[in-house]
Amino acid sequence: MTPLVEQLKGGLDAPICLTWELTYACNLSCVHCLSSSGRRDPRELSTAEAIAVLDELRRLQVFYINIGGGEPMLRRDFFPLVDHAVANGIGVKFSTNGTYLDATAARRLAAMDYLDVQISLDGLDARTNDAVRGAGSHAAARRAMDHLAAADFGPFKISIVVTRHNVDQLDDLKALADGYGAQLRVTRLRPSGRGADSWSELHPTNEQQRQIYGWLLDHGDSVLTGDSFFHLNALGEPLPGLNMCGAGRVVCLIDPIGDVYACPFVIHDQFRAGSVRDAGGFTAVWRDSDLFHDLRQPQSAGACASCGSWDACQGGCMAAKFFTGLPLDGPDPECVKGHGEGLLVGVGRGADRLGTVPRPAMDHSRPGAAVPQPVLFTRR
Amino acid sequence: MLDRRLALHPQVALRREPFGALAYHYGNRKLIFLKHPDLVRVVEALPEHDTVADALEATGIAESRWPSFVAGLESLERAGMVTA
Amino acid sequence: MDANVIDAGPESSADEPDELVEEELLVEEISIDGMCGVY
Repeated sequence: MTPLVEQLKGGLDAPICLTWELTYACNLSCVHCLSSSGRRDPRELSTAEAIAVLDELRRLQVFYINIGGGEPMLRRDFFPLVDHAVANGIGVKFSTNGTYLDATAARRLAAMDYLDVQISLDGLDARTNDAVRGAGSHAAARRAMDHLAAADFGPFKISIVVTRHNVDQLDDLKALADGYGAQLRVTRLRPSGRGADSWSELHPTNEQQRQIYGWLLDHGDSVLTGDSFFHLNALGEPLPGLNMCGAGRVVCLIDPIGDVYACPFVIHDQFRAGSVRDAGGFTAVWRDSDLFHDLRQPQSAGACASCGSWDACQGGCMAAKFFTGLPLDGPDPECVKGHGEGLLVGVGRGADRLGTVPRPAMDHSRPGAAVPQPVLFTRR
Repeated sequence: MLDRRLALHPQVALRREPFGALAYHYGNRKLIFLKHPDLVRVVEALPEHDTVADALEATGIAESRWPSFVAGLESLERAGMVTA
Repeated sequence: MDANVIDAGPESSADEPDELVEEELLVEEISIDGMCGVY
């Protein structure tokens, strides 16, 4: 029998799960926001359109969706949409900064079936976290966690984007999660959205990548990663997970205006497969789009062919390569063997050796919000 | 295992695929790949038979293959996907 | 054409038992979080 991963690389008739960004509106302005969120897009899917998408996903037997944004709780129909999903056999995990997860919301969520909550946090303390996510964001996240605990929600997830500044806090963050009976999730920073501008200062150093790899090996059975560190598998024993890029093969993104991208980290025309508003809806995009057909073809090692690690690392992450201006058929910018580093030297603002660095498709950032802004505790 | 009566857990959804099937347990969030269409047919036949052996026989699985299927069903039971 | 080449047609039931008796793993669990490209 063909190894499972090889079959999955060829794509399935429907995603196994997918990310759905409900809105580009957000009360925060995190420096590394993968969707450059802040301002609501006037073209957002209506409630009726969103319900229709959910019904389509139910027909496709998509088991699980990961709702995010922006801040998904800023959609006025947030609870009706989540209710509709779980009532129709679609498991939901939603990702939130926690600002609007008050005691009432926590109790409502605790009463729901098939629902997971993921609170975003990027540092153990306000000093580390708020430098990336904005003043007050750490407090808001902790408050949301306390509300979930008080409402007996059960295990929720705390999701950390690993940066140069929080690598040394992983043990303490694990302890924080353990204290709540929550599950820690650590994911890779990609240079996507606003992340492109902060990536060079925030991404882990080579030494820190080894530290992360070792830590994940030690905690593999209890910490989630979203399979986002498979580029580190060139360091040795593979980390838990499929260890393959799922974009366009087993997962994809539906964005707030109904565009379908290969994944949330490549919101750019080059990785746009179509729209749920096209005739044929999401199903036709998933099954028939040129982009997804291309991604489901066997990928060649390209420039990595002579390196013995390609089978382990798969050449890393498309988004990481794309948004640092590197060719897709070559090494990841964070290639653990250093093959990407040398290529990066010639790429950047003004440098022309490898061409210009692509910019995100859209920018919904709030004007003047290039740096974290104080959290506004207003009702939506 | 061969003498036991089993069936898919009511909270499990089975989605057929060219390679076999995906099984997702809404209760414990487990996702399992059934990697051969024959195993899928056996799992679907379980509720109609008194024993696993009967189901294997009814679906035409050669006895030389039964150990692999028993191991597969044991994995599914450990994951909560099939129950008595 | 080499007369000894065996036509690689669809898997026949005569071939399957040998493959599967060799402790083939029929079931594999993957975390729902174990797919890259998701929040």
